[in-house]
Amino acid sequence: MTKEYKTITEVSGPLIFLEKTEPVGFGELVQINLPDGTTKRGQVLDTSAETVVVQVFEGTGGLNDESGVVFTGETIKLSVAKDMLGRILSGSGEPLDGGPRIVPDDRIDVNGASMNPYSRMPPKDFIQTGISTIDGTNTLVRGQKLPIFSGSGLPHNEIALQIARQAKVLGSDEQFAVVFAAMGITNEEAQYFMEDFEKTGALERAVVFLNLADDPAVERLITPRMALTAAEYLAYEHDMHVLVILTDITNYCEALRQMGAAREEVPGRRGYPGYMYTDLASLYERAGVIKGKKGSVTQFSILTMPGDDITHPIPDLSGYITEGQIVVSRELHRKGIYPPINVLPSLSRLMNSGIGEGQTREDHKAVSDQMYALYAEGRDMRGLVAIVGKDALSERDQKVLEFADLFEDRFVRQGRDEDRHIIDDTMRIAWEILAELPQAQLVRVDNKFIDKYHPAHKIKSE
Amino acid sequence: MEVKGEIYRVAGPVVTITGIKPKMYDVVKVGYEGLMGEVIKIQGDKATVQVYEDTSGIKPGEPVENTGMSLSVELGPGLLESIYDGIQRPLKVLQEKMGDFIQRGVTADGLDREKMWDFKSVVSSGDSVKGGDVIGVVQETTNIEHKIMVPPDMSGTVSEIKNGKFTVAETICVLADGTGLQMMQRWPVRQPRPVAKKLMPNKPLITGQRILDGLFPVAKGGTAAIPGPFGSGKTVTQQQLAKWSDTDIVVYIGCGERGNEMADVLNEFPELEDPKTGRPLMERTILIANTSNMPVAAREASVYTGITIAEYYRDMGYDVSLMADSTSRWAESMREISSRLEEMPGEEGYPAYLSARLSEFYERAGYAHVLSGGNGSITVIGAVSPPGGDFSEPVTQNTLRIVKVFWALDAKLSQKRHFPSINWLTSYSLYTQGLADWFTENVAPDWIDLRDNAMDILQQESELQEIVQLVGSDALPEDQQLTLEIARMIREYFLQQNAFHPVDTYCPFDKQYKLLKSISRYGEMANAALESGVPMGDIISVESKDELAKVKFEEDFDSALNVVMTKMDDEFAKLGGK
Repeated sequence: MTKEYKTITEVSGPLIFLEKTEPVGFGELVQINLPDGTTKRGQVLDTSAETVVVQVFEGTGGLNDESGVVFTGETIKLSVAKDMLGRILSGSGEPLDGGPRIVPDDRIDVNGASMNPYSRMPPKDFIQTGISTIDGTNTLVRGQKLPIFSGSGLPHNEIALQIARQAKVLGSDEQFAVVFAAMGITNEEAQYFMEDFEKTGALERAVVFLNLADDPAVERLITPRMALTAAEYLAYEHDMHVLVILTDITNYCEALRQMGAAREEVPGRRGYPGYMYTDLASLYERAGVIKGKKGSVTQFSILTMPGDDITHPIPDLSGYITEGQIVVSRELHRKGIYPPINVLPSLSRLMNSGIGEGQTREDHKAVSDQMYALYAEGRDMRGLVAIVGKDALSERDQKVLEFADLFEDRFVRQGRDEDRHIIDDTMRIAWEILAELPQAQLVRVDNKFIDKYHPAHKIKSE
Repeated sequence: MEVKGEIYRVAGPVVTITGIKPKMYDVVKVGYEGLMGEVIKIQGDKATVQVYEDTSGIKPGEPVENTGMSLSVELGPGLLESIYDGIQRPLKVLQEKMGDFIQRGVTADGLDREKMWDFKSVVSSGDSVKGGDVIGVVQETTNIEHKIMVPPDMSGTVSEIKNGKFTVAETICVLADGTGLQMMQRWPVRQPRPVAKKLMPNKPLITGQRILDGLFPVAKGGTAAIPGPFGSGKTVTQQQLAKWSDTDIVVYIGCGERGNEMADVLNEFPELEDPKTGRPLMERTILIANTSNMPVAAREASVYTGITIAEYYRDMGYDVSLMADSTSRWAESMREISSRLEEMPGEEGYPAYLSARLSEFYERAGYAHVLSGGNGSITVIGAVSPPGGDFSEPVTQNTLRIVKVFWALDAKLSQKRHFPSINWLTSYSLYTQGLADWFTENVAPDWIDLRDNAMDILQQESELQEIVQLVGSDALPEDQQLTLEIARMIREYFLQQNAFHPVDTYCPFDKQYKLLKSISRYGEMANAALESGVPMGDIISVESKDELAKVKFEEDFDSALNVVMTKMDDEFAKLGGK
């Protein structure tokens, strides 16, 4: 059938160079047969009439010029079927759970095509995560890509799990699935996720792709694409609402840098390749809703910022592509507040289309803006107090200072299993803490909302 | 005739071909699927092509065909209301042809070949015409009359001219030398269209955004840059400009940005009304959407496609504004292609020609006397996304050397929910002097003074804030406390503007003037009261001052402002003083 070439001229890092082949397609999947009988897989990176460069996924250990190379004639594809739900697969799509191979309904190119912007539907369905700092001030909507920017040692995994457990669209019982892709996380972390999935029964409606820390770095570049291909299949062929959790994007980018260096490319900022923006976009942009299709793909990625630095290329480029970010703060974590989400640098760009009348409540935006403004001012005040003392503040400023504490203590802080309802809990708490301030200080809230929702007025009218 | 060559090497979007002798920037069709690409390097018998589509599976040895033309756009009636990708393929047609995801190897005409347009000639046979002359008109949308012009490089005597309904490809005019003219013409995107003479811009672009019109105006035909870190409101500002600026035509380029954001624009624009004409905004708009996951080479081309279309409408004598969101993504696409070509990199990996390309692009803006007779303009507003919000990076720096207006977005302000989060201390406009006459004549004689005064107060505020940080505001003398209060009013009442509020989203100049005037009036009365011994606490707690905060949201602004200002006069009269 297909020819096996034994013309390897050079092995360098994860790359092999071959000569005298018949024409080989760019991006083609390659099988490498080692002298000891094992096989490895790779992908064509550069192809010309004379030389072909192949990137090997499982690492080049054990390879030599006696190894045979077979070109499969097709690009990397994932076998998909509805039976994937409940399965645990490796980072390159092979079963890890001891179960049978997946009987494919279809085989889909993992790179995916880009969605025609004209076919996209602007995301607008409010997803309730039960976490006030997200629902109240950084609302997630269906089809959005909203990453968690965290740091090492912070409880981002717990937050992600809490969201995976609690996320729902109010008043609907549509089919819901989770696709979880682990890229370079430790075995321990992976077990933590798996245990929680099993305990809560979430595994039945989840597809898990695991590329662990000791798996080859090159495979990490394929894992998220496998996961997103599975997600798109479930969303657009089986009308499911899919939440994709990719963790950790930082490990993915490290793998990208490693590959760039191996190919001797001209590096961009901090050694990361110049095309990292485009590459990350090809992952993040695979979230969305298509007009006329019932399903959707929502992405919730985890990214640990090296040195908690939000200007590092990885969070920086991500922030330019994703529709906002949830920033986990070390300062709040040290204060013992869970979830330690700092709302000030956090943002949900699609919030405005997911809130308000018909979605949450008419006063949502005004209340959120008001809390933001007061909390920002209150935090500035803390710096001032450290210098001049509390007594030097005007009465108004003291109130603002107190608000910042109340906000952290009542609005931000919540239980790990506390599933707050947007109206009954989140908005109620918001109004309760705003009511601690004189009404004249609530300049961002329309008078009609104050009359309707302010606790002082509510009690009177009841 | 077409000459066929073959592929020698494929490495991502960069393909090396051999066997044909193309010219630089010729468009070639690569592989059995005929993927579109452009020649960017010629070396010996080989040529390097950047391909606008995904090259997976393409093999060496596949055929290559030279079209012999450089990358061009089709210009003619039907451009308005269109939504294109970076190489002028209508996204709607692509969707019909291949569904919700963009597959490769599909071609689509930029202009609809079937649609009939009602052509009315304005020349008669025997007239002599030259490049740029109008030979007839077509009503393209309700408010835009599309002028059919002789292509800039042609001239002659009209021997035959038609009237009636035609498609864009049918001949409507024949010149004496036998050349047939159609309503459609082609123009290579990398070559600026000629004008008779460039003029100095002298009218402001009115955007209805208080901080832009009021403090940092851009002229029609000017250039502006909006740099800012992510989440600081670049895209919202660009979209506000596209919605509300008082130009005839808007070209909006979504270059390497988010798909969902483009979808939002695509859905929202057809429903929004043009405040000037009451017609849907889409009727004056051309959208170019090349999202971040679409091919990188097409992203590089999208900016040129956009500006060429803008120039075409300028040539008809229209005022065009072009928004490019974001030029950083454009620069990155140059970097990506340059690194695949293994060119020697300049600063931060960007190619050494970055600065030249940016200035060539911005130089295509301007106010000009056009070949067809009147005057037209292109205002270019480019968003810049500096990595980490650091303005010292190459794209921001090279842009700032060219543009005349700088709207600096500030992440700190957006965290405080101060929108638009344009920093009033670091932003600047070099047009304020040149436009002073226009403001004095058309807004109010004291407008310039009011504005300078407001800027002065904001400047004082930033100096006073440094002291407040150390000793607290109570330690300041009363008149300085009052300055802080007035500065706060300018910031919150005037500069802050809610893009999502139905009334506040667009603020006419008249309203801007009255609002600033009222704040200044409070300042005068408060200072006078303070001098005559009224306690500071009383001056700050006048109710009408807080009521002024919400006047900008009122539908009936004038009467609401009157009520507040009358109350303010009363309150100050009661405070009395001496």
